[in-house]
Amino acid sequence: MEYFDTFVSILGSAIRLSIPLLFTALAGLFSERAGIFDIGLEGKMLASAFAAACVAYWTGNAWAGLGAGIMVSIIFSLLHGFASITNRGNQIVSGVALNFIAAGLTIVLGTAWFNQGGRTGQVPAEGRFSGIILPGADMMRDVPIIGPLYANVISGNNILTYIAFLMVPISWWVLYRTRFGLRLRAVGENPGAVDTAGVSVVWLRYRALIVTGFLAGFAGTYLSIAQSAAFINNMSAGKGYIALAALIFAKWKPVPVMFACLLFGFLDAFANFMQGKSLPMIGEVPVQIFQALPYILTCVLLAGFIGVARPPKAGGVAYTKER
Amino acid sequence: MSLQSSANEPAIELVGIDKKFGAVHANKNINLSVGKGSIHGIIGENGAGKSTLMSILYGFYHADEGEIRIQGKPVTIRDSQAAIAAGIGMVHQHFMLVENFTVLENVMLGAEGGQLLAKGVAGARKELKRLEKDYGLEVDPDAMIEELPVGSQQRVEILKALYRGAEILILDEPTGVLTPAEADHLFRILEVLRDQGKTIILITHKLREIMAITDTVSVMRRGEMVATRKTAETTVAELAELMVGRRVLLRVEKGDANPGPVLLSVKNLTVKDGRGVTMVDDVSFDVRAGEIVGIAGVAGNGQSELLEALAGIRKPVSGEILIDGKPVESADPAVLRQLGLAHIPEDRHHMGLVLKFEEYENSILGYHHDPRYGRGAMLDLDAIRKSAEEQIEKYDIRPPNPRLKTANFSGGNQQKIVVAREIERDPKMLLIGQPTRGVDIGAIEFIHRRIIEMRDAGKAVLLVSVELDEIRSLSDRILVMFAGKVVGEKSSDADEQTLGLMMAGIAA
Repeated sequence: MEYFDTFVSILGSAIRLSIPLLFTALAGLFSERAGIFDIGLEGKMLASAFAAACVAYWTGNAWAGLGAGIMVSIIFSLLHGFASITNRGNQIVSGVALNFIAAGLTIVLGTAWFNQGGRTGQVPAEGRFSGIILPGADMMRDVPIIGPLYANVISGNNILTYIAFLMVPISWWVLYRTRFGLRLRAVGENPGAVDTAGVSVVWLRYRALIVTGFLAGFAGTYLSIAQSAAFINNMSAGKGYIALAALIFAKWKPVPVMFACLLFGFLDAFANFMQGKSLPMIGEVPVQIFQALPYILTCVLLAGFIGVARPPKAGGVAYTKER
Repeated sequence: MSLQSSANEPAIELVGIDKKFGAVHANKNINLSVGKGSIHGIIGENGAGKSTLMSILYGFYHADEGEIRIQGKPVTIRDSQAAIAAGIGMVHQHFMLVENFTVLENVMLGAEGGQLLAKGVAGARKELKRLEKDYGLEVDPDAMIEELPVGSQQRVEILKALYRGAEILILDEPTGVLTPAEADHLFRILEVLRDQGKTIILITHKLREIMAITDTVSVMRRGEMVATRKTAETTVAELAELMVGRRVLLRVEKGDANPGPVLLSVKNLTVKDGRGVTMVDDVSFDVRAGEIVGIAGVAGNGQSELLEALAGIRKPVSGEILIDGKPVESADPAVLRQLGLAHIPEDRHHMGLVLKFEEYENSILGYHHDPRYGRGAMLDLDAIRKSAEEQIEKYDIRPPNPRLKTANFSGGNQQKIVVAREIERDPKMLLIGQPTRGVDIGAIEFIHRRIIEMRDAGKAVLLVSVELDEIRSLSDRILVMFAGKVVGEKSSDADEQTLGLMMAGIAA
């Protein structure tokens, strides 16, 4: 029973750690399926985390914070679009540039506004998204197996967590059941087909990037005012890149993206749990090994275990009309 | 000039279309009228302005001057959407299909009939059924595009246009990627479409197709529409002359072969492709000095893999290749080149050239270790450019500029760059794949003459081509390949039908 409790606590923490990954990977899904590589997910997450924390701090309203996070993230997306769609610039360079801008700007503005070395002020409780106790969680707690799972893993999360999981079927539905989704998938494979069908490639890709910005805004907001209570320097800490790895790992499909993010979240939670603990026979293992696991796993799995990951064919290439 | 191309009222008229790209005058005062319910061909060499004209019709470009009339009414075609609305459908040379979509999804794209797909799908399915019945365009609507043969993919393109209500169908070089059987199938479909009242414009540089299928034909040369004829009242020779602007020899003149000793010998060669499928199956033959051996066959019957194995690009599974009677131990392209074997690959874009390089850089690809071009790790750029200039002059490569990016040369001139590079090294044996694919008539004549000269100079030439005419006019002996095996050998005067049957695997 003791092992089971430990397992439940790791699982609960895995869910919490996978949410920003899930939002970000879904965000990347929309832009990459439309043929725009987005290495700037990290920057969007960071910038929106900062914006959400500032606005939530000033207004004391978590939803206003979320709105600000989404807005800033969409602005970053549009900048990426302006560079790489309108001006046909290199998508990787543009994305990296946005990451730098986000990293620098959050520190400069944060220091100027809050004088705490890049931290924002402590966001008051009403300016944060806090856990929601689902009905019956306390009653269920004593039911063996299911009880602790329901009370500690499924219940008690904040609203953004539930939205994240809701976004998975919604993303699937948008991509595979709507006109927008069909065109979006087509433009990532062969923009010529979309253009000759009389649909604007540029506008379509911009719309995809707006969706990307929207979803990445949730991820940033989650970091600063749901998982913590302030913005801290570089608090995205590479999660944008892990989300990108999860996206590749999941072969650019929404439901596998969810499982990939859960797996990476679990590894992260496991790494935290193993800190300072020693394994039988081996002794204490440096925590860095566990922290490196998601990356190692991505490399190993991509190298052959999941077969060839085929990215959207027109990814990374700006569209020019052919004669 | 604006000779009415059919007794019927015109479906589409172009009046005084003019288009300049900077200094290049791509279309000069083009007048054209195509009758409803007819097949009209437009021929011209690469760069004659055919594609520009069609891009104007499909809204990719805007004419600087001139008017487009459809069913007698002037229209402005601002973009593809407007072209579709005006009833124009286009089948592009490179298919505009999404490969990992189904046929149905591709047909629906851009004409989904609502925000949600579910509503449109049933309607699209029904409409596809109807089109299939009316025009004999059978394609499985649920098949993935990437799993369909090229001929079927093209039918999907035609279906896309018809689904959008096209009355005028433009096909840009439609047979370039098709096997002869698929091309015949396409022509039957086009005839059905015409008989049902659709108007078809066929852009091509293949004279045979024009004669086989069109009712009327217009010839373009250097941006001008130089002539319009009724197909029944013209000849291949006249059209060729109009296209090139001078008389052309359609059949190469050559003397008898004078075969010497065996230079290249293949014994029981078996080759597998990347997927592990046996593509060349126990093939043996000899090529002698001073003869051209042609390998005929429908594309995909192992000719490409045979050529690649001989050139050292693909490792054979078993069998032997002998040069001058000596077995080749390590078939590596560099070693083979030293033994006097040159290779003009089938696909100049993927294997023959680096399109982003300047011409002079491509002129030494694979021969960069030649002491004439530098020493050790250093290249002697002056020497390379000088030799490139010599090749440009000798092979009439245009424009004559060794510093021009290779991608900016026309197909025919790109091919000449490859031919010049390989032949100028004075090899003993020459492997040639599809020497004139996508090459215009003037350059075809030139390249064919060079190949004959190589033979007459006592070289052993192995020619692989899917163009049966080319094989028949150049080869001294013809081997026919089917399903990886050489199914027979014929002399060069074998008739087309016999060879066609052998290529289909029916008779030996």
